[in-house]
Amino acid sequence: MPAYSDKVMDHFMNPRNVGEIKDADGVGEVGNPVCGDMMTFYITVKDNRLDDVKFQTFGCGAAVAVSSITSEMAKGKTLEEAVKITPALVAKELEGLPKNKYHCSNLGAQALQEAIRDYAKKKGIKIEGLKEKGGEDEEGEECEAC
Amino acid sequence: MGNDDKPERKVYLDNMATTPVLPEVQEAMLPYFRQVYGNPQSIHSWGDEAREAIDKAREQVAALIGGDAEEVVFTSSGTEANNLAIKGLAQGQMTKGKHVIISAIEHFSVLHAARTLEKAGFEVTEVPVDKYGIVDPDEVAGSIKKETVLVSVMHANGEVGTIEPIADIAKKVKEAGVLFHTDAVASSGSIPVDVNKLGVDALSLAGNEFYGPKGSGALWVRKRVRLIPLMDGGVQEGGRRPGTENVPAIVGMGKAAELAIKDMAERSQRLSKLRDKLIRGLPAAVEHVLVTGHPTARLPQHASFCIEFIEGEGMLLWLDREGIAVSSGSACTSKALKASHVLIAMGLPHEIAQGSLLFGLGIDHTETDVDYVLDKLPPIISRLRQMSPLYAKYMKEKR
Repeated sequence: MPAYSDKVMDHFMNPRNVGEIKDADGVGEVGNPVCGDMMTFYITVKDNRLDDVKFQTFGCGAAVAVSSITSEMAKGKTLEEAVKITPALVAKELEGLPKNKYHCSNLGAQALQEAIRDYAKKKGIKIEGLKEKGGEDEEGEECEAC
Repeated sequence: MGNDDKPERKVYLDNMATTPVLPEVQEAMLPYFRQVYGNPQSIHSWGDEAREAIDKAREQVAALIGGDAEEVVFTSSGTEANNLAIKGLAQGQMTKGKHVIISAIEHFSVLHAARTLEKAGFEVTEVPVDKYGIVDPDEVAGSIKKETVLVSVMHANGEVGTIEPIADIAKKVKEAGVLFHTDAVASSGSIPVDVNKLGVDALSLAGNEFYGPKGSGALWVRKRVRLIPLMDGGVQEGGRRPGTENVPAIVGMGKAAELAIKDMAERSQRLSKLRDKLIRGLPAAVEHVLVTGHPTARLPQHASFCIEFIEGEGMLLWLDREGIAVSSGSACTSKALKASHVLIAMGLPHEIAQGSLLFGLGIDHTETDVDYVLDKLPPIISRLRQMSPLYAKYMKEKR
């Protein structure tokens, strides 16, 4: 088994916010089956805040835990605050990830950003701190398998 | 499910990764740590005793595969035996040509050894397999050219359990006058292996696949076949594998071989019943479960599946909580983050290969153990499917 922290195992075994939001304000999909991980994030926005965040994930224990904690971190935040959730922050919140699972934390942060980008596009608004195009994160850490 | 309580049962179903050591094997090994500790090459009674022990083990291992004792080269593992075969046989023949043929589903110790040969100027052809993982003998024969010096196709695949038509392949390879090696690490000790009936020139096996110790392996090489050693050193193993012999491991492998010969028919009959129960039971309990590998030409202890819409590691983590140990060929469970090359070579799409599960039954298992798995696994699958975007998409399209 990978050396997962207790917090990773907790979020894997009891993931928070699993599911789909039928009339989501924004949807973000990242990953591919070659890589082994796929995540879909759904958000609803009220008064510029993430009112609800849900996810669906195909992937390993780390991928599920990353999705779960990212959804928890994002919920209730303003859009400007939420786009500042980086892979490094996600990994830190999970009390660390095994080295070969870092790319999972990238996916979580990316999926959330994609959902917010989708919302911004639909509304025709600009959100401070939201990058133009998804894909890369600040650390430039790519999924080796992709 | 989901609590920290101890699991109801402990069921180790990862016997393709390694088997436990049988008590008789351990007993046989023990004297060779503290009482009989001489170097088998030494010219005194301490050395004599150790040498006699490895000579006996050589006879036992030779008997398991139908070869002559003097043709057995003990190694540290199946991996070393495969490396020695691929590199040692190819390099021994390289004045005749530099082309090697392997199958697309070989173990990494064959696959990567062949890649190393490529870097050294050899050409390597990988022959494909069909959807069951079977290598077509005609495909192998068709790949042979003037420069071909070695063909290696595994006897049985450890990931999908498929048994290859080695005798048919070897016949065609020998007709072309080319050396033939088979990696029998997954099959030796589980099903009958006879080097003469198979018609091979070299065969690899590993003790820890049939209830012997880790650190024990062997390469059988037919007399008068030229083999270049991997290491330089002394005269041990006829100079083909220098280094002081690992006497306890060799003795243990010999004992395990003896027990495998004695019990093979009974073990095989019992395990294949449990295997069939699992192979029938899981797809009956859960929708969208594929059996991987050949439906009948498969190892008696081996059941393997792909569970659609979910990924292997999640299942492994949950199963471990329930006291069940299995393997997966998913990208996430591999350190290299790549899905199993075996499943991909069999034509499975990546998203399905990611859901692979492999069960290696052990000689102590009973129907109760299989029932336990069939009870615990379906709710784990449905739990993981509930959070899978692929499953959600499928359910939507279905509606």
